[in-house]
Amino acid sequence: MAKPIAVYNDVHKSFGEVEVLKGIDLEIAPAEKVALIGPSGSGKTTIIRMLMTLEQPTSGTIVVDGQYLWHMEKNGELVPANEKHLRQVRGDIGMVFQHFNLFPHMSILENCMVAPINVKGVPKKEARQRSVEMLEKVGLGDKLDDYPSQLSGGQKQRVAMARALVMRPKIMLFDEVTSALDPELVGEVLEVIRDIAREGEMAMVLVTHEMDFARDIADRVVFLDEGRIAEQGTPEQVLENSESERLNSFLSRFRS
Amino acid sequence: MQGINITVTVLIASAVLSYLIAFIAGFGRLSNNIFIRKFTGFYVEVFRGTSLIVQLFWFYYALPGLFDIHLATDFWAAVIAIAMNYGAYMSEIVRGSILSVAKGQREAATALNMSRFQRMRLVILPQAVRMMLPEFGNYLIQMLKATSLVSLVGLTDILYHGDVFRSTHLSLAPTVYILILIFYFILALPLIWLTRWAEKQSSKGVASE
Repeated sequence: MAKPIAVYNDVHKSFGEVEVLKGIDLEIAPAEKVALIGPSGSGKTTIIRMLMTLEQPTSGTIVVDGQYLWHMEKNGELVPANEKHLRQVRGDIGMVFQHFNLFPHMSILENCMVAPINVKGVPKKEARQRSVEMLEKVGLGDKLDDYPSQLSGGQKQRVAMARALVMRPKIMLFDEVTSALDPELVGEVLEVIRDIAREGEMAMVLVTHEMDFARDIADRVVFLDEGRIAEQGTPEQVLENSESERLNSFLSRFRS
Repeated sequence: MQGINITVTVLIASAVLSYLIAFIAGFGRLSNNIFIRKFTGFYVEVFRGTSLIVQLFWFYYALPGLFDIHLATDFWAAVIAIAMNYGAYMSEIVRGSILSVAKGQREAATALNMSRFQRMRLVILPQAVRMMLPEFGNYLIQMLKATSLVSLVGLTDILYHGDVFRSTHLSLAPTVYILILIFYFILALPLIWLTRWAEKQSSKGVASE
């Protein structure tokens, strides 16, 4: 395996009294596509939210591209990271949310342009060009000046993906991106993710309940149960040939 | 009728100053610094918890008498009193609006690697301000009516002139006060329209989750 792009080392996370992650060790290779599956409450969303710096681990370390994410080295000791350090490390990470979280006061083109211009200092003209290209790629080239409230859920989610992609992250995180969509809109969003995955160079971590989709695009499937990684392997190993009772009872819920 | 210019200038000056104070105090109450938070909280409670007219008398009579502080002119004493009072109320609107921007907006901004300041400037404030507008309009109308109190400290606004006129033409008292009411209402009308417009604006472009 190539030098990993992200490494979790004995990561624990508690919310108050409740420990949702009980020691996660996980490595993600560059360009690797990892699907996180598991029952709700198993901690899969928390895993990627910690990588996006939206949730701070209670203990343990996360390393992104050779740099500590939540810690900085100071006089040979690890101290909690400050805002500046977090900004520096999380620049390589992008995320798409279950509820889209588009900026409602901006057109969809502005939604895509705002971060490249303000965060990365990309010239306006180039940011515009990159955003238009990306929106065309997700099939929304004719809606540049629409506002999020004018779009369907599936369209919103495609804008959210374009917005994350124009930042050219090395890792993209997908947090149950089809869970809030009407069933007939799920397909168009998965199709876009498939296209992105096929291009290859970006690592992707997907929290998902779409088992067929996970089998399709994932290099590795990780099954979480009660805050621990219970099983992991290729989609065939995990989704078809596992002997774990918990996993099979979980999977049986998705077979009709 | 004379005095309209005083009423209007007091209103404009108080409004501008009170919005400024509202933003400063609103942000102060959201500060990470506990002293700033406590201090602005204290200011807000004191000015909300006491009457405007007493505050007006304080700025006008008590401060000069007690501490020899003179707030430049009568005009500014009145404006500062009104602005401090309404600024305290409106700081709560500023604070509440900022807090009520959906959490997902902050998270999306973080995921795009915006700094704390950029998150506020580009994502949170533009939405929060839309929520503030209708309430700001309501307070503006209230402020117009509150300006009538400045006649009590000798500023020659609409009410002051009306009172003077009435004292020399006692039989016309009802007519005079009806006229004053009409004047205030005419002044309030554009503000009412402004508030309606603000409500329309605010219904657009805010995340609703």
